[in-house]
Amino acid sequence: MSVLIVETAFDPEAEQRAFTSALPNGQAGATASFIGTMRNRNEGDEVVSMTLEHYPGMTDRELAAIIDEAMQRWRIINALIVHRVGNIQPGDTIVLTVVSAEHRAAAFDACRFLMEALKQRAPFWKKETLSDGSSRWVEKNTTG
Amino acid sequence: MMSGIPNSDNRMTIKVKFFASLREAMPQAIDEVDGSDIRTIADVWARATHDSAMPGHVLCSVNLEHCESTDSVTDGDEVAFFPPVTGG
Repeated sequence: MSVLIVETAFDPEAEQRAFTSALPNGQAGATASFIGTMRNRNEGDEVVSMTLEHYPGMTDRELAAIIDEAMQRWRIINALIVHRVGNIQPGDTIVLTVVSAEHRAAAFDACRFLMEALKQRAPFWKKETLSDGSSRWVEKNTTG
Repeated sequence: MMSGIPNSDNRMTIKVKFFASLREAMPQAIDEVDGSDIRTIADVWARATHDSAMPGHVLCSVNLEHCESTDSVTDGDEVAFFPPVTGG
């Protein structure tokens, strides 16, 4: 299991390739992944950039605990969470979650769990800058 | 002084952090509170904010773990207050 908090743009496909190439040869029958990307609109407004703040120390710990919980609940071979912090532009990847398992149900379900738990528990906060130059904190995550 | 053992006069020093909109709303930066009447997370909030009421949406942690405002604190703890999380 791996947790990465990164301050610069990352390539989710490259991260996923590195993750799958490090799996024990032949064990995984299924790999599920989720990529979250910054949109250029929110609540009807044009968003030109965003700053993602986090709580260093707690963030890593919370994400590792979420992966631990997933490994208790499903038969998982390995899991990865990569999350961006700092200044972000529309189109940039914000988050990547990857889960490999023997079978697809565990891979799909655990990957969804990682994202939903991260959205509910991991200490990140988004602040948007709008096209008119104003900025605002995102008050809550969408339900899905 | 070992963490978790109060000083001889029961004074405690608690490290305090505020994040995101809560940090910006603080009139001045504060990074620790101390006193002999601090027992819970809510007491830490009251001391750090000059007895302002804690808004219902505020979340908290102690020593990097989510907690409730009624949870106890001990000398040397790190307490954080933050709005609902919006990662992912």
